[in-house]
Amino acid sequence: MQNVDAIGSGIPAIPKDNYLTNGFTLKSWLLTKDHKRIAIMYLISISLFFMAGGLYASAIRLELLTPETDLLTSATYNKVFTQHGILMIFFFLIPSIPAVLGNFLLPIMIGAKDLALPRINLLSLYIYWLGGALTVYALLQGGVDTGWTFYTPYSTTFSNSYVMAVGLGIFINGFSSILTGLNFIVTIHTMRAPGMTWFRLPLFVWAQYATSLVMILGTPVIAITVLLLAIERAVGVGIFDPAIGGDPILFQHLFWFYSHPAVYIMVLPGMGVISELISNFSRKKIFGYEFIAFSSIAIAVFGFLVWGHHMFVSGQSIYAGMVFSFLTMVVAVPSAIKMFNWSATLYKGSISYDTPMLYAIGFMGLFLIGGLTGLFLGSMGLVVHLTDTYFVVSHFHYVMVGGQVIAYLGGLHYWWPKITGRMYSEFWGKISAMLVFIGFNLTFFPQFILGYMGMPRRYASYPAEFQVLNIFSTAGASVLAVGFVMPLIYLMHSLFYGKPAGDNPWMLPGLEWRTTSPPPTENFEKTPVVTWEAYEFGEESGLDLEAARTRDSVTTV
Amino acid sequence: MSDKHMETGEGHIGYPGYFGVFAILVFGTIFTYFSSFWDLDGTLFPGANTLLALAIAFFKMTCVMLFFMHVYWSPRMIWLSAVASLFWLAIMFAYTMSDYFTRSLGVFSV
Ligand SMILES: [Cu+2]
Repeated sequence: MQNVDAIGSGIPAIPKDNYLTNGFTLKSWLLTKDHKRIAIMYLISISLFFMAGGLYASAIRLELLTPETDLLTSATYNKVFTQHGILMIFFFLIPSIPAVLGNFLLPIMIGAKDLALPRINLLSLYIYWLGGALTVYALLQGGVDTGWTFYTPYSTTFSNSYVMAVGLGIFINGFSSILTGLNFIVTIHTMRAPGMTWFRLPLFVWAQYATSLVMILGTPVIAITVLLLAIERAVGVGIFDPAIGGDPILFQHLFWFYSHPAVYIMVLPGMGVISELISNFSRKKIFGYEFIAFSSIAIAVFGFLVWGHHMFVSGQSIYAGMVFSFLTMVVAVPSAIKMFNWSATLYKGSISYDTPMLYAIGFMGLFLIGGLTGLFLGSMGLVVHLTDTYFVVSHFHYVMVGGQVIAYLGGLHYWWPKITGRMYSEFWGKISAMLVFIGFNLTFFPQFILGYMGMPRRYASYPAEFQVLNIFSTAGASVLAVGFVMPLIYLMHSLFYGKPAGDNPWMLPGLEWRTTSPPPTENFEKTPVVTWEAYEFGEESGLDLEAARTRDSVTTV
Repeated sequence: MSDKHMETGEGHIGYPGYFGVFAILVFGTIFTYFSSFWDLDGTLFPGANTLLALAIAFFKMTCVMLFFMHVYWSPRMIWLSAVASLFWLAIMFAYTMSDYFTRSLGVFSV
């Protein structure tokens, strides 16, 4: 066992031959077929988009510091929140965990040399860049003011902003996630190492599989919908505009047929990361493996049957609304199964509070709030009061940031030693995890109250009585921003000054910890044969249990 | 894919077959164009024109999937995926139409 050797030989060292040292030219990166290098390029790209989206968020929070429309004009404000949404959703959240952590780890976790279709993987990165570049260009030209939802007839008939260009950017970008999803499905079906049966797959892989299903079934619909919108805008074919024979509600049907499942594209991979973190940092076999695996698939399937809950007050038939409302309650069940299983895994586990685990515990609380407030919004009566208020804004930020972003950060910290071969500062990691948690709650919890009191979203001004809670929210956003910037600093610092992590810094049984850190280009020196179950912490896993027991004295600075 | 067609390089039905399928697709397109001039909505039932156009589109899509995408010669797993994707499309149509068909019923009263 390499990991045992690494521990046995005292101080671990960075292996000379790894995927990072396999060529230093620009060409060796841009034309690589190595899933790990593609993941690194994705990591850099989505981080840039996250920062751009974050700047827009700062502008929103600063404007809302005062009740008057003062920092931005109303027209600019419309563009700012639209662009915040578009950049964060299409260019950060959707690719975040699949394209970065999934790309890097999925082949390693199943014992494969690469994804099944490495060239397609590189192609998906280039498509992402192309879509991103086009969108950024359109934003710099003047941007778009329709909201990220592009609702008709405003987007087709009235808006004179760059709807077409941004729409084209999103259309192109969609193919990137279709290709990634396709690649993952083929890889999981065909590239598993000997002994890696379906029920020995890490739950992260199951989550990626479910996500990929949603990606390839849903994304074509948004692509075609945006295309229809462009056709109506450009040639005047009556699809959505009632004046020329269309139906604006049809747009909402098509849009949400993708965009509700897209919520699961954004959160399922996060759930996969959390399953890994909870089990591994409790050193306990995950409770109800099959239930968690199949609940991911159930979410992917049922997630397609609930989209009408975004349209309760849009003029949709009340009978269709009843069906959608009922199914919305149903889709909460598989998420609840996961929550219960994670809690049961913690019970009597040997829990260590490393930085990734802090994020995982944060996720459990925040996702619980985000998920349960979704049920408020899925009930037809209450939603009449809550539609288009800050309650909605707060709800989906609890799921998207409190869920996915937190899980992404947790996963990034957890696998950072594997990706780079070096440990970050545990002290600063913990501080930033706590700052993110505190800042996040301070930002978004007041928005639940504001929304419930009736403050509508998407306005630059508001009645003076809402100011106190808005000041809380803006203050929280500042704390949150510090929490997000800190990892950037100490993770970069660790690249040069971090302690070499060794193959298996957390002393875990997963396949990714049985190769060097960073892994070689072909991932494993020889194809591994899997003889143990997932999350096996006993003798069967081949781990040095004594070393695992004393892990803290090995890794803690 | 361990099928024989990888070796021959010209596919299961050869170029004549592929051009035949292509001809059917072009014919379907032309037929769709001309059928839109018939007043089926007036003579049969409202929406009949759309239904016919969709039926032709589905037929063309099936041809593409079976022959151009080689589903016809593929293992059952691929058949299953193809049928599942059609099922997905059916979900989208059915639930969307559930809105349109019941919208005129208004709000129920006790
Ligand atoms: Cu939804």
